[in-house]
Amino acid sequence: MEVSKETLIALYRSMVRIRTFEDRVAEIYWEGKTPAFDIGAGTIPGEMHLFQGQEAVAVGVCAHLRQNDFVASTHRGHGHLIAKGVDLKPMLAEIMGRKTGLGQGKGGHMHLFSADLHYGCGGIIGGGLPHATGAALAFKKQGRDNVAVAFLGEGAANIGAFHESLNLAALWKLPAVFVVEDNLYAVSVPKTISTSVKSNAERGAAYGIPGVLVDGMDVMAVYEASGEAVARARRGEGPSIIEALCYRYRGHFEGDAEPYRTPEEVAEWRKKDPIPKFHQQLLAQGVLAEAQANEIDAEIAAEVKAAEDFARTSPFPAPEEALEHVFA
Amino acid sequence: MAERTLATHQAIAEAIGQEMERDPGVFVMGEDVGIWGGIFGMTSGLRQKFGPERVMDTPISETGFVGAAVGAAVEGMRPIAEIMFVDFAGACFDQILNHVSKINYMSGGRVKVPLVITTAIGGGYNDAAQHSQCLYSLFAHIPGLKIVIPSSPYDAKGLMTQAIRDDSPVMVFLHKGVAGLVWMAPNPRAHGPVPEEPYTIPFGVADVKHEGKNVTIVTVSLMVHRALDAAEELAKDGISAEVLDLRTLVPLDKEAIVNSLKKTHRLLVVDEDYLSYGMSGEVLAVVAERALDYLDAPPRRLAVPDVPIPYSDPLEDFVRPDAAKIANAARELVG
Repeated sequence: MEVSKETLIALYRSMVRIRTFEDRVAEIYWEGKTPAFDIGAGTIPGEMHLFQGQEAVAVGVCAHLRQNDFVASTHRGHGHLIAKGVDLKPMLAEIMGRKTGLGQGKGGHMHLFSADLHYGCGGIIGGGLPHATGAALAFKKQGRDNVAVAFLGEGAANIGAFHESLNLAALWKLPAVFVVEDNLYAVSVPKTISTSVKSNAERGAAYGIPGVLVDGMDVMAVYEASGEAVARARRGEGPSIIEALCYRYRGHFEGDAEPYRTPEEVAEWRKKDPIPKFHQQLLAQGVLAEAQANEIDAEIAAEVKAAEDFARTSPFPAPEEALEHVFA
Repeated sequence: MAERTLATHQAIAEAIGQEMERDPGVFVMGEDVGIWGGIFGMTSGLRQKFGPERVMDTPISETGFVGAAVGAAVEGMRPIAEIMFVDFAGACFDQILNHVSKINYMSGGRVKVPLVITTAIGGGYNDAAQHSQCLYSLFAHIPGLKIVIPSSPYDAKGLMTQAIRDDSPVMVFLHKGVAGLVWMAPNPRAHGPVPEEPYTIPFGVADVKHEGKNVTIVTVSLMVHRALDAAEELAKDGISAEVLDLRTLVPLDKEAIVNSLKKTHRLLVVDEDYLSYGMSGEVLAVVAERALDYLDAPPRRLAVPDVPIPYSDPLEDFVRPDAAKIANAARELVG
């Protein structure tokens, strides 16, 4: 697969953007939560599910998407939204519960929506899967060559919504791609005791659609597999499943004591970190120079800083705004 | 020329068909909505007119197609998803509870979900515990859903048209006994005059179906018919009963309830849904907050007494309100 230098750098940049943003979110999250952890306290109250380690999946897939392609994401959705190209300012403002946030402070980190980017996510496992099927149905009805992508964890592949959504998408030959991020654990439960097949890619056979297993720590592997799946969908040839084997570096949520895995296991997967690996590849290929990489780092650091300044200085919604937007 | 009459299910199908003609974004999906025309006739004739792309038979996948309706609505369509019996909503409750009703709110009003869920409710034909419930109060409890429960063909067409044009999610509950189906016990009140041209009825406007001055009977759906039957009986005894059809539970026309009580000073709420934590309790709460001073007697409730709907005739008849029970309760209130 011929990939332009610009694309390679864009992939790298997007992964760094997710990582840098989330590293900062993790720091801000702990503001006001020490010494005693109080989940509802601090600058960012509530649960926090970070995406670090899975960047290659979001970036490899979303690189093929247009602004008006639909994405249904999950409770761990920051990476997908950033890879789709969101402005970090209203995103972080929402995570901080501010009036200037994507949802005017009503959604928070687990319920981020962008009408402009045709993006939604939610805290109910598998809840977004039929939405992707429905968006794809709308595209087909409207004669648009858009694609709908649903991201899900491997745990979500065991909920009924997954199977109903896949059956409908295959039956109606819809332009949809279902991307399973297999990060080995559904909270604490490993795939080995939750899933009847070795790979969810095998489940494509149940619906007569392609199922591909890829290395989710390798952005180019994801980019190539999803390029085919997205192109196939856009051509009107129907949906696909991609399962990307990956790993989340942080707990299920911040504050997770992680009794279900060892520090050694985490350290092993840290060695496979998709970002430094791709960095080295691009240096070796002469696509990226260190100076340019530093420039990218600096630009993104400035962008994240600007988003943080924007969010921190943004007002909270007025209390009575809680009563607005129940209905359209 | 005589006024044209339709059965209630035909009025709904006509509303859907006219909106499909007006707006190419409107389409229907659900189980048996195609050739069959919906088990309760809400899409009768539409498949023949609009074809299988716009009147889509789905597999038995309530989560799949109700969730797909959400995605299609977000992407600019105006889907109508039929859940055959409301009792089946358990199979897709997450979509209604956490997605349909909340996306507009969670997005700060930036992502609209203009979809309609139609469903059939009610008993009276021995279909027992899993096919005879009403359950509208369950959905009325969830913020973000508009709850529509028509009792007549005229109301059904206007409310359905309004529902399709609304930018918020709307659930339309059609009682099987109100539908006017040829395979149910004949119900003359399920047929009535319906204008041929499209029209809307605004939500949150209750309708006085029978004027009276001694007692107000607040209800919805098939129980409006039963209350009208009771009102005729009561008139023979010299009791003038006002029958107030709420038509929508969300929004609720609280003013209409209060205004009627200012006139009658007595309240009977009749509900074919379960008694506790439901419509009848909500109406009484409104009255307690706003109209206590107008009451000359403690308000009464007639509803299913917190048991599942049983199968056998004497059992089912015992738990469901009917005209005789309504008339008796009204007599006791007035007497």
